[in-house]
Amino acid sequence: MSDNTNILVVGIGGQGVMTATEILAEAAIALGHDAKKTEVAGMAQRGGVVSSHLRFGQRVLSPQITPGTADVLLGFESAEAMRWQHMLKPGGITLMNTARLVPPVVELGLFDYPEDPLAEIRKSGNKVVAFDATTIAQNLGDIRLGNTVMLGAIADHLPFGAEVLLDCVLKRFQRKGEKLVELNRRAFEAGRAAVGQAEAALA
Amino acid sequence: MAAVMPVPAASRVLMSGNEAVARAVWEAGVKVAAAYPGTPSTEMLEVISSYPDLYAEWSVNEKVSLEVAIGAAYAGSRSFCCMKHVGMNVASDALMTLTLTGVIGGLVIAIADDVGLSSSQNEQDSRYWGRFAHVPVLEPADSQEAYAMTLYAYELSEKFQVPVILRMTTRINHVKSLVTVGERNEYVGAGFKKEPARFVMVPGNAGKRIPLMFARDIKLRELAETSELNFIEDGSDKRVGFIASGPAYMHVKESFPNAPVLKLGFSWPVPFEKCRELAAMVDQVVIVEEVEPLVETELKAQGLNVIGKEILPLQGELSPNVLKPAIARLLGEPVTETTALAPMQVFPRPPTMCVACPHLGVYYTLSQVRNLNISGDIGCYTLGAGHPWNALDTCVSMGASMGVALGMDKGRGEADKDKRVVAVIGDSTFLHMGMQGLLDMVYNKGNVTVLLLDNRAVGMTGGQNNPGNGYGIHGEEAPRVDFAKLVSALGVKDERIHVVNPYELPVLFKTIREEVKVPEVSVIITDQPCVLVKDYHKLKPFEVIDDKCTGCGNCIDVGCPAIHVTRRGKEVKPSGREVDLAFVRIETSVCTGCGLCVQPCAPKAIVHHVQTSPIQLVTKGGCAA
Repeated sequence: MSDNTNILVVGIGGQGVMTATEILAEAAIALGHDAKKTEVAGMAQRGGVVSSHLRFGQRVLSPQITPGTADVLLGFESAEAMRWQHMLKPGGITLMNTARLVPPVVELGLFDYPEDPLAEIRKSGNKVVAFDATTIAQNLGDIRLGNTVMLGAIADHLPFGAEVLLDCVLKRFQRKGEKLVELNRRAFEAGRAAVGQAEAALA
Repeated sequence: MAAVMPVPAASRVLMSGNEAVARAVWEAGVKVAAAYPGTPSTEMLEVISSYPDLYAEWSVNEKVSLEVAIGAAYAGSRSFCCMKHVGMNVASDALMTLTLTGVIGGLVIAIADDVGLSSSQNEQDSRYWGRFAHVPVLEPADSQEAYAMTLYAYELSEKFQVPVILRMTTRINHVKSLVTVGERNEYVGAGFKKEPARFVMVPGNAGKRIPLMFARDIKLRELAETSELNFIEDGSDKRVGFIASGPAYMHVKESFPNAPVLKLGFSWPVPFEKCRELAAMVDQVVIVEEVEPLVETELKAQGLNVIGKEILPLQGELSPNVLKPAIARLLGEPVTETTALAPMQVFPRPPTMCVACPHLGVYYTLSQVRNLNISGDIGCYTLGAGHPWNALDTCVSMGASMGVALGMDKGRGEADKDKRVVAVIGDSTFLHMGMQGLLDMVYNKGNVTVLLLDNRAVGMTGGQNNPGNGYGIHGEEAPRVDFAKLVSALGVKDERIHVVNPYELPVLFKTIREEVKVPEVSVIITDQPCVLVKDYHKLKPFEVIDDKCTGCGNCIDVGCPAIHVTRRGKEVKPSGREVDLAFVRIETSVCTGCGLCVQPCAPKAIVHHVQTSPIQLVTKGGCAA
């Protein structure tokens, strides 16, 4: 259906891509949308590529996003953000973590890791905002907050308010205590601010 | 999985197809559910096992799981069995006779076809089993349908006393969408009634059941003609009408919103009259089915002029970017390119073994031994075929490493007369279907060295418990197989059985090298657990002293993803030969201190990140403690 919003979340197995997409789906559902979330990640646990598709709107039919129709691409890793550029619609935007996760095939010298994925994406003419989610999470005291930083990063690029998404994120941590809720709130806001600042700098 | 409180009735929840089926199984009052893990079906039984009021088991293979379900259904209870597509090949022996006896309590078999090969050795169309075994096939198109069809399948199964196949694909099993759930209904089984003419399938009895099976086909087809699961949606664009099932239906609706569509939910027996009805409404009919042209072939045999695989691929998913250009070409319209950009060229990222995986030691060692032909099997260790090891030469089906190895030995040509044959198989795969192959190998006096990689988990599918690790489906203690005793009982000589720690590379190397020279069956069992099991013992991480690293790259050949190259260089040897150098670092945050990379490091540049006591390897049974 043409009124669907298409969000593509990409990274590698173990980064939390599927969980992040599921939280985005929960937010869309909380607002009354129909939603479908899909990925092919059978062997992703072994460090493979993960691309998670979320479509929401009044009614969703195909679960997959057709190439050239994604509204937003949320990239947990630089080369992965680059890999999926063809999925974006004209005018779509990439929000990408600058982290570089180098696979064994590159370490073995069989392939090269792209010199500058951000520059490659810019060269293609697609809109892209880059930020260092890993360092932001580390500065907050725990690298595992990276997932929440990423969700904060996409919060102002959704057809609904950031608060709904933040609520869905925090709900996941409620049972684990107020301290973790607060940390995740800060991680979410830090991700949001990082994208805001990067966009302001580009404008 | 531990029991959890099920979501209340009437809740609308985001569920995968697997979770939706599990919920329906519980609501239907199923008493027995059995399966062997396999992508993309695994989560069905995992989730079922979290529900109260039913018995769930990980069976040793799909055939046993179906037989357990058959027994429960004969006993009058509702039962459930699920598997990936290739699992049905294993279970089919039971299915082909089950169709003659039929069932008392409802029996639903959910088969998950890995269309698009996300994690399988082949692509199969499980709808064939409906035709082959003469049992009805239902095909959901999303999670809500998977839920509803599972509930309906039990009614259908009991009404016709026939097992029902729920045919799913990856794009149903793993897609999450909204499901409105219902109440659980208790189902009280009738109890087993002795009826040898029906349940003892000897020729005399079976011969009398076959006509009943064919008569049932006719009744089922009549039902399919009127079933609400098969419906026509009219549309304004009559140039092409579509017949579609499963996820392909969603792709058709997405791609051609104005076209008339016949959706087949009850897809075998095919409702021919319904198909004729659609054909009469449109200029031409296109059949959109994943994977094989089954409905298409049957409709053509009925004399219907339909189009299918002439314009659509015989492999993979039929998503909108496949369908739209195909139909545009059929109609002679220009093919619109939806992609704004060509895909950018980025290195591949094949799945890798985990940091500190016990298989790393095995494959590093195999890569260092010359003159081997290595017969492999299905599991994480199939990755040994990849870089840097390149130490696995065949992979066919579950347990095939045994028979294939024996065949390579017996059938060796002149060119292979000095080659040693090695078979590599995991613990769970060995218990699934490898034991018989080993017995055959011993009985027929093969010359094969078997590496039995016991990591105490079904690793590839997420570390499910099995008879090899001593835990049941809920994590409770269960009898644990003693692999050394088991292979001894199968006839392997005791002096040819070795239990080796795969992190002790010199011992492993020496054992493999000696055993491949002995012209009889040897079994080398490695005994360290999967790093993903929840009680895996992490040790102190290592780091590389940069000054000491000579860039020899030996540690990289281990293949651990925690080792990263910091810089490359070249060195000219005294012989004049130029060699590549790769200086490394270890990602200490993920290193578990297994010590594998330390052993081939000649300059002793790899040391503990924090000074601690020497490496403590996990001792036998340590994980189970």
